[in-house]
Amino acid sequence: MNLATDSRITADLLRPLLGTSGKYYVTVGLLGAVTLMGLVAWGYQMYYGIGLTGLNSPVFWGFYLINFVFWIGISHAGTLISAILRLIDAPWRRPVTRCAEAITAFALVIGGTLPLIHLGRPWLFFYLIPFPDGRGLWPNFRSPLMWDFFAINTYLLASTLFLFLPMIPDFALIRDRATGIRRTIYGALSVGWRGTPKQWHRLESAMQIMAIAIIPVAVSVHTIVSFDFAMAVVPMWHSTVFGPYFVAGAIFSGIAGLIIAMAILRRVLRLEQYLTALHFQKLGQLLLLMSLLWGYFVFSERLTIWYGNDNHEMPVFWATFTGEYAPFFWVMVACNFVLPLILLSNQKLRTISGCVVASCGVVLGMWLERFLIVVPSLSYRQLPYTWGSYMPGWPEIAVMVSTFAAMALLYTLFVKFIPIISIWEFKDGTHPGPEPRPIAEPRTLPARGAEAAGEAL
Amino acid sequence: MKATYALYTDPESAKQAIVALKEMGVAQSDIVIMSPEPLEAYEFDPSEQETSMRWVAVLGGGIGCVFGASLPSLTQLLWPLNTGGMPIVSIWPNLIITFEMTMLGAIVATVISLVRAARLGRRLPEFYDPQVSDNKILVGIANPSDAQLPDVEQALRGGELKTIP
Repeated sequence: MNLATDSRITADLLRPLLGTSGKYYVTVGLLGAVTLMGLVAWGYQMYYGIGLTGLNSPVFWGFYLINFVFWIGISHAGTLISAILRLIDAPWRRPVTRCAEAITAFALVIGGTLPLIHLGRPWLFFYLIPFPDGRGLWPNFRSPLMWDFFAINTYLLASTLFLFLPMIPDFALIRDRATGIRRTIYGALSVGWRGTPKQWHRLESAMQIMAIAIIPVAVSVHTIVSFDFAMAVVPMWHSTVFGPYFVAGAIFSGIAGLIIAMAILRRVLRLEQYLTALHFQKLGQLLLLMSLLWGYFVFSERLTIWYGNDNHEMPVFWATFTGEYAPFFWVMVACNFVLPLILLSNQKLRTISGCVVASCGVVLGMWLERFLIVVPSLSYRQLPYTWGSYMPGWPEIAVMVSTFAAMALLYTLFVKFIPIISIWEFKDGTHPGPEPRPIAEPRTLPARGAEAAGEAL
Repeated sequence: MKATYALYTDPESAKQAIVALKEMGVAQSDIVIMSPEPLEAYEFDPSEQETSMRWVAVLGGGIGCVFGASLPSLTQLLWPLNTGGMPIVSIWPNLIITFEMTMLGAIVATVISLVRAARLGRRLPEFYDPQVSDNKILVGIANPSDAQLPDVEQALRGGELKTIP
């Protein structure tokens, strides 16, 4: 433990909370406006009806559910990766975990909203909640949508707690520096934290137990999202491989989302000393691994269908392989497999920029994958006379754009009020243990913002 | 509340102060320690290393499991809706609900046991120094007797000595 180093870390990581530039307000204003646009589109759709969308017979599922699956997938990066890294005690995890966990919480909120929008009449959402309604009817527990309700809400609650618990010591740190209303708010959030050995030990024990519990929950969530498809006898949906395929895809897109978020935070909040090339290298390696796994699943899925040559599945297969959806398919393959393979398998190319470019490709590719799972299968159902096509309506496009803006907005607000890197965990990671190990020299960190360490918030 | 304590900038000195307090006969449970980081390797308070939290989590999981199995099964029995000739109580779908409720029970029980064991959710006590957040380690005792005071101050001499009168 070194006082000067620790003070610098505190000052650097509290800097975003101390000052607010004009650019920040402009960013929040722009993101808020785009988010509001989506809400207006949703309100307009509620008033005039779901006929404004491109949903039709036979394509009953469109952009809303594509984005639902996409955002639930993005949510997988955070808590799952954080939990795994905590359990294996990877030392490089410390600056990454909170960035990742925040993604999970926000992506789940956004993803969870989309089925409500898709409902058309969201006020009937309470039909999903398991209590006997006025007609004496309960929800059908056999429906995968009910499983979604339980799985997503369990994951959301667990992820929120997993995000909140390690924040408590940081809230206490801010409380002790703050004055006025901020002191009251952070005082309430720190729930009487003092930092006694008992509190530290219990907090770390709780995080370990939650990490163990949350990994199967995370896996179950996307498996259950895949069951929304796999339980239906629809061409190319009714597959036993869908569970692990969706989980792999979700982790894949989640890591990509995390890399992009970290790169933006690093640049905007000047966290170059904390989110280093090492973190991008490690996450780049994980992304490459998931890319290979994703390629394996796609190959297995496609080969099995092609070999089976089923009359009902082949029209979907060829539509996505050489037909009207083929451009999307090949762009998806290029983004999800070829690009990561080129950029991330070579040490020289696996730079921060390389990882970000690969991640942007993966996010695009995974969105296209969700589109290719939903739309072609519904367009080419078993009987040719029911075949149709789908073109999104403007509310669907507006809502989709606003989900991205909402994600950025929530993240922007989050980093303004909460240190995006866990201060106590980062400090803890910079210190060696007691004797007989020699106490190492403190890492040299820039003195930037050190003078602000004692500044009242 | 009266208290005598010292603030240390390094864990080694804090550890020495704790050892000195114990040597003069102060019980571990009477020594108040606060640190800005876990510093568990220094074992400031070895008695705090034992916890039953994992068993509480198992118990919570068990309660969640029973609830998760009962909710759909009893619902299906009380409001029997025959769907497509399938059994009224559908084991496979109910297993999914049971699993989710089991994990939720374990997680919620863990958080409740944390709040209880770490005494969270209470007002910040009087015996606290905000300098702990400035990377200092606090070691002291509450309500020392007048006879104890010189020895306590001697034991804590390695740090910045403070008192709450």
